[in-house]
Amino acid sequence: MNLVESLRIALRALNANKVRSALTMLGVIIGVAAVILLVAIGTGVQDEITGSIEGLGSNLIFVFAGNFEEGGGGGGGPGGLSTKQFSIDDAELLQRRLGAEHAVVPVIQGPLSLRVGNRTMRTTVAAGNENAGDVFGGDYLGGRAYRRSEVSASARVIVLGATVRDRLFPNQDPVGETMSVNGQRFTVIGHVAAQGGSLTGDQDNQVYMPITTAQRLIGTTDVGLIAVKAADADDVELLQRRIRQVFTPRFGEEFSVFSQEQTLGIFNQILGTLTFMLAGIAGISLLVGGIGIMNIMLVSVSERTREIGIRKAVGARTYDIMSQFVIEAVMLSVVGGAVGIALGALGASVLTQWVPTEVTAWAVALAFAFSAGVGIFFGVYPAYRASRLDPIEALRYE
Amino acid sequence: MTNETASPTGGPCDGARVVLEARGVKKCYHLGDTEVHALRGVDLSICDGEMLSLMGPSGSGKSTLMHIIGLLDRPSEGTVAVEGEEVSRMAPNDLAAVRNRRIGFVFQSFNLLARTTALANVELPLVYAGVSGSERSRRARAALERVGLGDRLSHLPNQLSGGQQQRVAIARALVTEPSIVLADEPTGNLDSVSGVEVMEILQQLNEHGITVVIVTHDDIVARHAQRIVRIRDGLIHCDESVTERVMAAGRKDEVLEMSRGSQA
Repeated sequence: MNLVESLRIALRALNANKVRSALTMLGVIIGVAAVILLVAIGTGVQDEITGSIEGLGSNLIFVFAGNFEEGGGGGGGPGGLSTKQFSIDDAELLQRRLGAEHAVVPVIQGPLSLRVGNRTMRTTVAAGNENAGDVFGGDYLGGRAYRRSEVSASARVIVLGATVRDRLFPNQDPVGETMSVNGQRFTVIGHVAAQGGSLTGDQDNQVYMPITTAQRLIGTTDVGLIAVKAADADDVELLQRRIRQVFTPRFGEEFSVFSQEQTLGIFNQILGTLTFMLAGIAGISLLVGGIGIMNIMLVSVSERTREIGIRKAVGARTYDIMSQFVIEAVMLSVVGGAVGIALGALGASVLTQWVPTEVTAWAVALAFAFSAGVGIFFGVYPAYRASRLDPIEALRYE
Repeated sequence: MTNETASPTGGPCDGARVVLEARGVKKCYHLGDTEVHALRGVDLSICDGEMLSLMGPSGSGKSTLMHIIGLLDRPSEGTVAVEGEEVSRMAPNDLAAVRNRRIGFVFQSFNLLARTTALANVELPLVYAGVSGSERSRRARAALERVGLGDRLSHLPNQLSGGQQQRVAIARALVTEPSIVLADEPTGNLDSVSGVEVMEILQQLNEHGITVVIVTHDDIVARHAQRIVRIRDGLIHCDESVTERVMAAGRKDEVLEMSRGSQA
């Protein structure tokens, strides 16, 4: 009996048990789709976040209040109550010590409510000094960044992110307009292009203003982060040492200095672990799907022991019986795997609206190989046993 | 080899060819600690073109003997030869080939593949014989026409009556043009009218030269054959020619009338 004939027999058998075939495949489909989808989310988030960090440029240094470094021990957690926060003065000190060729930006963030006419929205402010535009970049579609004079004067000026602009000033140039921020009157001086997500959340749903203005608005003098942009990427290591020298007498060990590369490494580590965790969870569902296949294959083979007996009685050889069941199992797993991949990819492309996703080849290959392996193994083993039965034993099977 | 049976068996077929020959066949099963001797030394020769009944009460070993001479089961001791070829020590795949080419089976419970058309069921042995698709379908059609089911090719087993299902099974048994057809209680699950029809077909096959072996415990069914071998307690008890052979064709009207009478 040739392969074509085995294929036809297998197809006929699958077709004769449509519901069972479909249910068997469902286990594979769900497992494969889950693995692909969850890994796609993990990978997508990781890529997006590392991409946005990389986008900042390789000569950035971040100084955080609090000890984040491994083995640092003691002190409060990151940003915890017991952690002494920086102030604008610390940033100015740093600027003086490092030299004017390197840009230093103290950064504070906080929630705000905005209102224009009868439109209101809540958003986050990211506030820095006049160097912020230079350090963090940003593509101005109109207007300008805030100036040094505006920082010193705590001027009520605001730059809008793309989401905020679209919500509050739809189809309108906002530059020069006034708006209410936490109940105070502000003038819009610029707006920036959409940038996508970042490590601080949706960068487009954000507004920018001088740090001094923001401190009054939010009611704090604390600065959680100081960003330093080295004039040259080669200076990064030297600058990190200098920053430590300046801050150690003031803060002891309660601060952390990371280069962009180190930040990237930390995020990659965390997000990589996250991706594997998601893959592990999905893997469990694939395993459960595999057990489902095993279950149905075992039932199917023992239910069809009599059929095997009939086939052997009329002349089927061991090989014929084996190949029939192997092909059935392969068809179920391959079709189920293919549908699962399609569903997973479709789900990933739908989810992209809310979460960054990226379908990776290794997840597809892993999910597919695993499901096919499970299907074939658990299909073959009972078939192998059945194919070796004496025909009369198989025929007598009740 | 000694034989305790009343009349000698396994003798030459008066010049006719021996299709199937069993020599000293024993079969014992192990059920837990106890040994069950289903066959205790059977010698049997089946001649070319004869119609033979294996009779005996249930538990006598007649079905076991049929399974062994049909190569579905192996003897614990003794030998089986099909058309002179010793088969009892063959590998399973070689046995499958012999069953495929030389032996056709008809079972009490029909043993058709469910959810598979009559035509596909009859084609099955040809699939394993490696016959090409169009040739297969032509021969299966011819076999179904021969048992009077030319108009039921694409019916599924559950759309056919018991008698029709058994006729599909007979078509499947003869589609490979075997030397011998073995029928295990072929009328056991059938009403009397269908039973007579099935026996008529088996007798017709026999008239066309196919050797037919019927396993039954029913005396009337057994007497459709020319020879009856009676088995008791795993041994051949007697081997005799049928003096008043029952012809199914002649009995049809009588059975029809009886069944009408019993309904009235």
